[in-house]
Amino acid sequence: MSTMSFSLRIWRQDGPNLPGALQRYTVHGVTDDMSILELLDRLNEDLIAQGQDPVAFDSDCREGICGTCGLVINGVAHGPKSQCTTCELRMREFRGGRTVDGLLEITVEPWRAGPFPIIKDLVVDRTAFDRIIAAGGYVTVNAGSAGEANDLKIAKPDADAAMDAASCIGCAACVAACPNASASLFTAAKIAQFTHLPQGAPERARRALRMVEQMDAEGFGDCSNHGECEAVCPKGISISNIAVMRREFAKALLGGG
Amino acid sequence: MSLDAPNRALDARSPSGPLDSRWTRHLEQVSLVSPANKRKRTVIVVGTGLAGGAAAATLAELGYNVLSFCIQDSPRRAHSVAAQGGINAAKNYQNDGDSVWRLFYDTIKGGDFRSRESNVHRLAELSANIIDQCVAQGVPFAREYGGTLANRSFGGAQVSRTFYARGQTGQQLLLGCYGSLMRQVDAGRVKLMAHREMLDLVVVDGKARGIVCRDLVTGQIERYAGDAVVLATGGYSTVFYLSTNAVNSNATAVLRCFKRGAFFANPSFTQIHPTCIPQAGDYQSKLTLMSESLRNDGRVWVPARPGDKRPPHEIPEAERDYYLERIYPSFGNLVPRDIASRQALYMAQEGKGVGATGYATYLDFAEAIARQGENVIRDRYGNLFSMYEEITGDDPYHAPMRIYPAPHYTMGGLWVDYNLMSTIPGLHVLGEANFSDHGANRLGASALMQGLADGYFVIPNTIGHYLANVRLDPVSTDHPAFAAAEAEVSGRLAKLLGTNGKRTVRDFHWALGRIMWEKVGMSRGASGLETAIREIQALRAEFWENVKVTGSTGNFNKDLEMAGRVADYLELGELMARDALERRESCGGHFREEYQTPEGEAVRDDAGFTHVAAWEHLGDTVAPARHQEALDFEFVTPSTRSYK
Repeated sequence: MSTMSFSLRIWRQDGPNLPGALQRYTVHGVTDDMSILELLDRLNEDLIAQGQDPVAFDSDCREGICGTCGLVINGVAHGPKSQCTTCELRMREFRGGRTVDGLLEITVEPWRAGPFPIIKDLVVDRTAFDRIIAAGGYVTVNAGSAGEANDLKIAKPDADAAMDAASCIGCAACVAACPNASASLFTAAKIAQFTHLPQGAPERARRALRMVEQMDAEGFGDCSNHGECEAVCPKGISISNIAVMRREFAKALLGGG
Repeated sequence: MSLDAPNRALDARSPSGPLDSRWTRHLEQVSLVSPANKRKRTVIVVGTGLAGGAAAATLAELGYNVLSFCIQDSPRRAHSVAAQGGINAAKNYQNDGDSVWRLFYDTIKGGDFRSRESNVHRLAELSANIIDQCVAQGVPFAREYGGTLANRSFGGAQVSRTFYARGQTGQQLLLGCYGSLMRQVDAGRVKLMAHREMLDLVVVDGKARGIVCRDLVTGQIERYAGDAVVLATGGYSTVFYLSTNAVNSNATAVLRCFKRGAFFANPSFTQIHPTCIPQAGDYQSKLTLMSESLRNDGRVWVPARPGDKRPPHEIPEAERDYYLERIYPSFGNLVPRDIASRQALYMAQEGKGVGATGYATYLDFAEAIARQGENVIRDRYGNLFSMYEEITGDDPYHAPMRIYPAPHYTMGGLWVDYNLMSTIPGLHVLGEANFSDHGANRLGASALMQGLADGYFVIPNTIGHYLANVRLDPVSTDHPAFAAAEAEVSGRLAKLLGTNGKRTVRDFHWALGRIMWEKVGMSRGASGLETAIREIQALRAEFWENVKVTGSTGNFNKDLEMAGRVADYLELGELMARDALERRESCGGHFREEYQTPEGEAVRDDAGFTHVAAWEHLGDTVAPARHQEALDFEFVTPSTRSYK
């Protein structure tokens, strides 16, 4: 298979509260099996060799599980392939795409949302998510106080449903895709995990109230059922979790369990 | 022996007496710190993976003030998140004869009799408590229809004792741990410092009293003081450049502690994992693991005839070599990792390797799918199969996977005693960053077990013994030792930025990785190791003359971060080669070509090498000193490992 050449439009911004702009770069010799982050690695090697500032982007595991990476690629959070993180996106997905001057064109931007200030170029600050979890995304149980594991029976469908919700990697693509910059899918996934499990029951009302209040306090918008979050979620977290969250929140407000 | 002085004698401080009551009696004997005094103590915990996250959360639950640091933007992203297959525990839920003794024995045998009996037995005892704790946290482990927990088998064991959450066990355990940590952040007992990289340890009056960090967002150099330091910064497989580890995984914190006086134990003990997606090109930034759990259902094979380039479906059964089943009939595809990896290397060397490069073997699920149905296989490994397809473009439901070994885990690490304290008083080391429990080879599903055992159950009980028995005068960050450490850190960063040479950081890292993989990898010989030491020294010298690092220190600068890590790897790589050269035997993952049976199996030298090698830094221009901690086997007899 022949190699590809790309014309990249990449968001460059030196720091928070500074102006930014899209800048154009060219990369040749791209193979099908390269990931888009390896393409940026290659571009950065070229930029460093020329004494220019490399493009800042963050990534870590590069196998789709840590949730560190996240780019808006051609207008879509994590790019064109469904249920695929940015780091797992291979360049073969771009064959046959839009061209400019004979080069395949890709536009790369950071997550954009008020609660996620840009640190540099494509790197944003997502610590708001940590504060939402700190407000109640756990079961209160000190080390050493647990009982025998198999004394607690959990039906397989409940355990599976909890696992489906717990698969969230906290990448925040849901926020980036939402027209309201809502963090509902992220928050709901954690609430739903514990709603499906008996371990979550004692703190159910408190958890729903506090996590939703924290989500609002961080400045995320409301959910208005666009469904963009589910569409871009690399782990296929279902929007039905948001219904669970609303029910839990309403019940908690009314003082129910 | 006093806890105030450096433990240069390598006193393991292991309890004596009957093995199965050592930990219990130790708990009865260690000193306690009263609740009122815990509130006056500050513990610095570096790293938020399973070991560090569990330690920070649990120490805070006990009432200590905790400062928690991670290089990621959130503690939830520490590399423990990527562990796939599972976590071992001696619960014997399957009624297949498992016990604490068997888990202990499998682990010490799997490590080729190069670990401490006391430590390994404690790990096996605590394994059951870990599962209880994680279930209580709401970790959604796989379950049977009756509601009980499910298990699967892993390499090196003949029982089914591995607990799992699909192929994302590490993620789920870490999120449970992260939840507990964030609960303590909410309660004000843990102060969380994300996006911080520890660049030095501060030692005052011979004791670890603080750290110097760089804020990776602002570039500010910061000082933090405490009464003890807990290091849980993971392993150093990225010294090979290509590994299954995350791209930010690094050895800087452990190497800085080594240079401050902590002994480094068995640095050459690295694990090359047998089932990874083979390398496809030079652009590659990492290798992706395919969980060992796949070997439960997948059969490993190569063409029986060297040079057979037919596609796999055209090779009839009779012309395939299921080499692990052939050579090891009792364990078959479930032999330990070091053995499976070495046999894959032999197959490639014999010309039987498959794929474009010839450096791959097949992992075939056709028979398992025919026997159990595609749905069963999808339920067990669905996410791994889709990951494989995303990376290679091939569908493993219909064609065998291609796999090859890749650096994955480092058994070596900073030397610690039974209380997990290093040779520097007050510096405790947990999880993959220490060397303690896996000997020369780690069994699958044991890393998560060790990280959580260290964090939830060991350090919370042992750190008090240190704090209660040493004199700790108040130390502020204005102390001259902090100023000196910060000056060194700043000088180093300035030197990296000021060199302004011609060769990029990544290029140096790549070159180092080639040396390590070819000469300090799966198969090591004396002349290759000697060459490696010379080549690494030359590369390191060139690095400090010719590296090109862009930008400045005062902002987010990934190039500068990587430069510091590669500089440290250029020192650690040499230490690994030295350790491999001096250990004139083959054991576990350390395979010396000079010491093997005619069939290519490892030959240990128990008379000469039943010890831990612990290296002491003596200065940048002097070779490090090798010390020994003898390993006593009172309860098991080291035997030749046989999985046949």
